[in-house]
Amino acid sequence: MEFEPPSPTYPSHMEEEKMRTSFLALGLATVATAAVAQDKPVLTVLTYDSFTAEWGPGPAVEKAFEATCACDLQFVAAGDGAALLSRIQMEGAASDADVVLGLDTNLTAAAAATGLFAPHGQTWKNTLPVAYDDATFLPYDWGWFAFVHDKAKLPQPPASFEDLAASDVKIVIQDPRSSTPGLGLLMWVKAAYGERAGEIWQGLADNVVTVTPGWSEAYGLFLEGEADMVLSYTTSPAYHLIAESDDSKAAAAFAEGHYLQVEVAGKLAATDQPELADAFLAFIGTDAFQSVIPTTNWMYPAVTPAAGLPAGFETLIQPATSLLLSSDEALAARDAALAEWQAALAR
Amino acid sequence: MASRAGAISVPWAAALAAALLAAMTLGTAGVVALRAGAALPTAADWAAVRFTLLQAALSAGLSCLLAVPVARALARRRFPLRGALITLMGAPFLLPVIVAILGLLAVFGRSGIVNDALALLGLPRITVYGLHGVVLAHVFLNLPLAVRMLLMGWQAIPAERFRLAQSLGLSPFAMLRHLEWPMLRATVPGAFVTIFTLCLASFAVALTLGGGPAATTVELAIYQALRFDFVPERAATLAVVQFLLCAGALAAGWGLLRDTGFGAGIGRRAELPAPPGWRRGVDVAAIGLAALFLLLPLSAVVLRGVAGLADLPQGTGPAALRSLAVAVGSTVLTTGAALALALAVARRAGGARLFDLAATLPLAASSLVIGTGLFLLLRPWAAPSDMAIPVTVAVNATLALPYAYRLLLPEARALHSDYDRLARALDLTPLARLRLVTLPRLARPLGFGAGITAALSTGDLGVITLFAGETDATLPLFIHGLMGAYRMEAAAGAALLLVLLSFGLFALFDGLGRHAAP
Amino acid sequence: MLHLDHLLLTEPGFRLEADLTIPTGAHVAVIGPSGAGKSTLLNAIAGFVVPAAGRILWNGQDLAGQPAGARPVSILFQDQNLFPHLTVERNLALGLAPDGRMDGAARARIAAALERTGLGGLGQRRPAQLSGGQQGRAALARALLRARPLLLLDEPFAALGPALKAEMLDLVLDVARETGATVLMVTHDPGDALRLGGLTMLVADGTAHSPCETSALLADPPKALRDYLG
Repeated sequence: MEFEPPSPTYPSHMEEEKMRTSFLALGLATVATAAVAQDKPVLTVLTYDSFTAEWGPGPAVEKAFEATCACDLQFVAAGDGAALLSRIQMEGAASDADVVLGLDTNLTAAAAATGLFAPHGQTWKNTLPVAYDDATFLPYDWGWFAFVHDKAKLPQPPASFEDLAASDVKIVIQDPRSSTPGLGLLMWVKAAYGERAGEIWQGLADNVVTVTPGWSEAYGLFLEGEADMVLSYTTSPAYHLIAESDDSKAAAAFAEGHYLQVEVAGKLAATDQPELADAFLAFIGTDAFQSVIPTTNWMYPAVTPAAGLPAGFETLIQPATSLLLSSDEALAARDAALAEWQAALAR
Repeated sequence: MASRAGAISVPWAAALAAALLAAMTLGTAGVVALRAGAALPTAADWAAVRFTLLQAALSAGLSCLLAVPVARALARRRFPLRGALITLMGAPFLLPVIVAILGLLAVFGRSGIVNDALALLGLPRITVYGLHGVVLAHVFLNLPLAVRMLLMGWQAIPAERFRLAQSLGLSPFAMLRHLEWPMLRATVPGAFVTIFTLCLASFAVALTLGGGPAATTVELAIYQALRFDFVPERAATLAVVQFLLCAGALAAGWGLLRDTGFGAGIGRRAELPAPPGWRRGVDVAAIGLAALFLLLPLSAVVLRGVAGLADLPQGTGPAALRSLAVAVGSTVLTTGAALALALAVARRAGGARLFDLAATLPLAASSLVIGTGLFLLLRPWAAPSDMAIPVTVAVNATLALPYAYRLLLPEARALHSDYDRLARALDLTPLARLRLVTLPRLARPLGFGAGITAALSTGDLGVITLFAGETDATLPLFIHGLMGAYRMEAAAGAALLLVLLSFGLFALFDGLGRHAAP
Repeated sequence: MLHLDHLLLTEPGFRLEADLTIPTGAHVAVIGPSGAGKSTLLNAIAGFVVPAAGRILWNGQDLAGQPAGARPVSILFQDQNLFPHLTVERNLALGLAPDGRMDGAARARIAAALERTGLGGLGQRRPAQLSGGQQGRAALARALLRARPLLLLDEPFAALGPALKAEMLDLVLDVARETGATVLMVTHDPGDALRLGGLTMLVADGTAHSPCETSALLADPPKALRDYLG
């Protein structure tokens, strides 16, 4: 019953080694942490749980950053991207966290409105397909939303929302009230069709098999054959290709363009480790962080690493048009878009 | 008035349990409300209320209706592996919801067995998405509970009564009317209300199989208010609405509850008459169809999981151990509290009505509201990840208590009405009474209740999501992480492990209870 | 001596007064129509019913406030006199030690009591494996072990046949003789009262009358008893 951006991994031998050791040392973990905490300053990063999973970017990021900072980097996992925001709101200035990592641009307006975040002050440049420059939030990865399908079962996928609505292709989507991809889809239709968004949703209503609480349920249903397409990311086929040597999945390119999900990090104003927090935000822009992202979070890195993207990523579709509402626009459009969506699907 | 003597002393253990339950349910809701204030429900909220009531009523009604022939057939037929079948048929109730849904889809889904069969016959395909899908899943999840509750009812009719009926030459219909109907009148309302309130709190099933936003339940609206919009005042209001719905259902159920009035037999094992002929055919069909309905999706879960077992990540073991610890902790707390409360209520001790109310409160509470209340309450004192496991234990113990308590209460009442005078006449010490009378006589419902608590706690993915840090994911949370990372096969493997774990714990406690029962 | 001092027992639609004494060692049959309050009276003496007024005194001591098990009373109910899930031996042990202890000496005494009541060798049986008469004997064996000065019998043998009931009454008399107990036994049968061979107390019309010599009472019954005997 959760939702989060997909972020699997394909653990390297080094990580497996680390896991084995930490498994053996489970009983000593608390003692060890306490001991470390005494000599080294601790940087606490609040993030979603798939980031810290053993197959997520967390373990490699932690190792690489600790090699440079003479500190102890601790991740605190709080469910998913949306849960992060409610966690921050619940904790307020009393939070132990120094950095929050994992909000997306649909949430940043609300996050900024809490007044709990400080400007990041970083100058490194991202390589996003759209201009994204925010004084408070730094992008660390991004992806295009897309409908993913099985090439053999659906050789001629629809090429636009209107195509899709006219077809009898069955899709499974996520609920915008409980899932960030679901909200992303809402913004996608809004950004592409504006006033016509409600009409598009009316047309899509008979294509929607069901609406799930989160990404994982929707993707699971798709893999079970419950729908022809699922709302996911253009990078989803890369997981199957690279991790499972399975090239059967593809994302359909839509003529309207594809909406972006940009995942960001921000520094909390109440941090007791401002220098370490700044160092971590600078570290996000380096290859050491960015090169981990593609095959652990299965998203595009915010800064393309010097060595380029992993083999397999070149097979993915490259949308000609990237859509992204500014966080203020997204916040302003949200309630009306949600009402249109509900009216169209509550048949 | 010649009052019954000896029922005046205050039962401290029950009072403590009741106070804790009130704090966990009303207290946490109060914390959220205090922090947030309240907001008037919107039109969408009322639509959610209507859908919630509709699906819960249909699900509970259908579960109870189907449970009658199945429980009756199981009660009066003896066949090889009957005990194993009864235990196995209880499994769906203990399944983590998302695992259950995937299992159901393997049977009823677009490319499931049923649709493949229909296609072979040239018939149109059916879809499970919509209200009927929600009801189907709820019946799948709750039919086992209804069957077990009714089966216990049948077994609680003393053999003497059936012998008497047989000796009087009562027809099966007359037997139904005079023996089984009173038992059903006493048992079915309890089962209905229990399942109804369970389905009131449903959210993943309704959202995944509901087919769209028309299938929004109140619990889902609470989730959205808390986790996505962070409008705690709306969550607090919805929690009150949810509370009133459940309280209304329970109040209505209370009015229907009847005592069987059967009294005690001498403890001989009941041997129900098993009529031959077409009635035998009906019983075979009832058991067969129910087994098929409940076990086919379960087999699908097992088949999918076996492939993934080889591919389990390193974190699976520690996560499973944490789930085990949560389950055992919750079970100990719940069983102890349920026993204290049921005994106090059975002997109509001072405050019995309040105890009964306290033991029922968790049915009306939202786990999300409990979790959020605890988070707000405890956050100033400790780091959330330090509290993750204890809080999960406490919340699971609270949420499972009504089941353990309801299972115990009728038996505790029978025990009291049949043997309290004797125990008091012999002046048994409290310890001897507990050890020699109470525990053995109540072993069966105690074991069953402990089994349910353990299994539900093992599979629960609720409050832990609010608190868990880097290193304290339980197995359901771990599975969820795998699913959220494309690793469906590993997730299926871990889900199978979870099913084995919860089912193993259930079978262990239930078996201990049945073994210890006289 | 058992003294019921202006005792008043009330329940909705029911009222019973008693002001009488029963000498120590007496055997009293309690007789009267159904619903008159015979069981309620015994339950009040045993401590399961709280009087609305008056006192119950044993040898001058007021029993009010004493819990049932602490009273100088053994009582046999109409049914459920044995825990069905415990062995007969275990059931009897509870009469000896209310904490359920059972040491070698206790076992020996239990075996002797079983022997004495004709249940020798049946200690390991469960009640369900005994006949009705044997269950009554087991309950009496426990009363024998408890050896309380007051033995109250609330029709425990009503379900037994005449010959079996006669045997049980003889056993009651034996137990009473060995323990010196004062016996109050509820019955519907004047024959039982004669067999008990002592006094008879008539409970009728809201009053428990002073016990009288059974044979004399039956020879010249008062009106209430005549109505009952028909």
